[in-house]
Amino acid sequence: MSTYLSKRLLYMILILFAASLLIFALYANTPGDFITGNIKLTAERKAELREIYGLNKPMLERYGIWLKNALHGDFGYSLAQQKPVLQLFNDYIWNSFLLAAVSTFLTWLIAVIIGVISAYRQYSWFDTLVMIGIFAAMSLPSFFIGLFLIKMLAVDLKWLPPGGMITSGSNATGMAYIKEVLHHMALPVIVMTLLGLGSLTRYFRSGMIDVLRQDYIRTARAKGLSERKVLFRHALRNALLPAITLVGFELPSLFGGSIIIEQIFNWPGVGQLYMKSFGLRDYPLLMGFTMLLAILTVLGTLLSDMLYRVADPRVRL
Amino acid sequence: MRVETVLTKASTKRSRERRSSLLGQSLRKLMHNKLAVAGFAVVVFMTLLCFIGPLFSPYTDNKINMAMMNKAPSLKHWLGTDALGRDIMTRVMQAGRISLTVGLASMLLSVFLGALLGAISGYYRGITDQIIMRIADLLMTVPNLPLLFIFGAMLSEWKVPTDYRMYLVMLMLSAVNWPGMARMVRGQMLSLREREFMQAAEVLGLRPRRKLLHHLLPNIVPLLIVMATLNIGGAILSESVLSFFGLGVMPPTPTWGNMIDAANNMIDFQNHPWLWIPPGVSIFATVIAINIFGDGLRDVLDPKQKR
Repeated sequence: MSTYLSKRLLYMILILFAASLLIFALYANTPGDFITGNIKLTAERKAELREIYGLNKPMLERYGIWLKNALHGDFGYSLAQQKPVLQLFNDYIWNSFLLAAVSTFLTWLIAVIIGVISAYRQYSWFDTLVMIGIFAAMSLPSFFIGLFLIKMLAVDLKWLPPGGMITSGSNATGMAYIKEVLHHMALPVIVMTLLGLGSLTRYFRSGMIDVLRQDYIRTARAKGLSERKVLFRHALRNALLPAITLVGFELPSLFGGSIIIEQIFNWPGVGQLYMKSFGLRDYPLLMGFTMLLAILTVLGTLLSDMLYRVADPRVRL
Repeated sequence: MRVETVLTKASTKRSRERRSSLLGQSLRKLMHNKLAVAGFAVVVFMTLLCFIGPLFSPYTDNKINMAMMNKAPSLKHWLGTDALGRDIMTRVMQAGRISLTVGLASMLLSVFLGALLGAISGYYRGITDQIIMRIADLLMTVPNLPLLFIFGAMLSEWKVPTDYRMYLVMLMLSAVNWPGMARMVRGQMLSLREREFMQAAEVLGLRPRRKLLHHLLPNIVPLLIVMATLNIGGAILSESVLSFFGLGVMPPTPTWGNMIDAANNMIDFQNHPWLWIPPGVSIFATVIAINIFGDGLRDVLDPKQKR
């Protein structure tokens, strides 16, 4: 176990190094940089600025500098905002987390409930309806459903605000502020929950169907236990356990924000920060964000594998 | 010599019969799944609509018609017209041609790459396997959306002509999609190569290429068909996201994704929903139909994979 873990960690670090080099090379070789876009500057001033930011150095040297600083926990300064990248992340990431945490919680809750009922009544009309709903949720283009719901619920019916985190120009505090944020996050949370429901409901439904076919369920019924006890004590627990391996895969979406949803709903999270910086070619920020996602992905996979062992002790690592 | 030819002829004939009956069996099973049949019907309908539909439209020349700007749906223009007076129905169909083609082509390419590299990896193992799988791991570590955005931005900065962009977008999507496919094929290969029939192939002294192409690959064809079908939907969705953000296929080549770009304009978004809702509904209808059909296929071809 411990040799497995140390091997695994070593490989993770190597992969992350390779990934950082790849990402850096790609960003560095995308034509145009932060200064090219600024038409107000003269040619000399541009050259001067490139000198200051170190943009005129060869790619590998720049990568070396970036890597050295990154290993010391310094991901550089955002060129556009003149703030440390990590501080910007800290400013924006919690907004992303708020959306992701609430919608993940709702997704799991609803998916378990629907999945269990659907499995219990397999092949009923409810189950068929759920299956169609699952496919619908898995086939929704996220940006389109976002736009559609904004148009319907915010523009036409005016039930919910169309975007942002607070009403522009508002300086509410305390309870009023919380209420305002809740009001604004309703729509993006609905969309994210809807998008996540498909695959998760399917997972719980098929898991539950498998468990309900097991011998120990028949035994439980034969003992004369009430159907409720059989379902919740004996079946549900065993159906839910394997799902803990999915927790790891939620990691990138929990902290990495959602580029598309945040962009559509104008939500001030890291995803939107990334989109803004992308147009400006704000490399330190882009690099930091992409690495953040890569690290979360790798950690999430590791976590999943570890939890897999917890769920099923027969699995040897 | 003659006996041998007769024998091989007989055996190929027999195997062909058996194979076609397996196909027939699967088809019959598939026909029982009403949902899958309906999905297939919708896919066929959308394809025919997009590829044949424009032939019946009087507005295919995409002429700018100032008198017919931003008109709401009417009997003359079923889905209304855009800011240049072009018929939306016709544009949705023309865009569908591109979106479906991009989805299909990038799927074919990623399945080809994934199957080939995965098979080589799983069959030869050793250093080849190491190299291929480490590259796959690397590509899977780098988040997809930023990767696609970078490629898209490169295409824009290099001023790639819009006619070519479509092909490069296919390449981009396949570059991101093959690693998952390769990993799955490799896993299958690793288990298949330990089976008895492969030991028999070993004893017969067959060349590696023959073992790979004639004995191992046919066994993963069902898995490939299922993955390929489900992959088309994903590719269509990815293309639409990229094109929506202006990093995929660009106008004047219409795709469903870049037609929804109209929604980025506040006035069009609020007052002219017929500009961007029809392409969005088309994406949704096509992808859901493909996914339902693909799931039905999986039940028939690869029951073990059912989740």
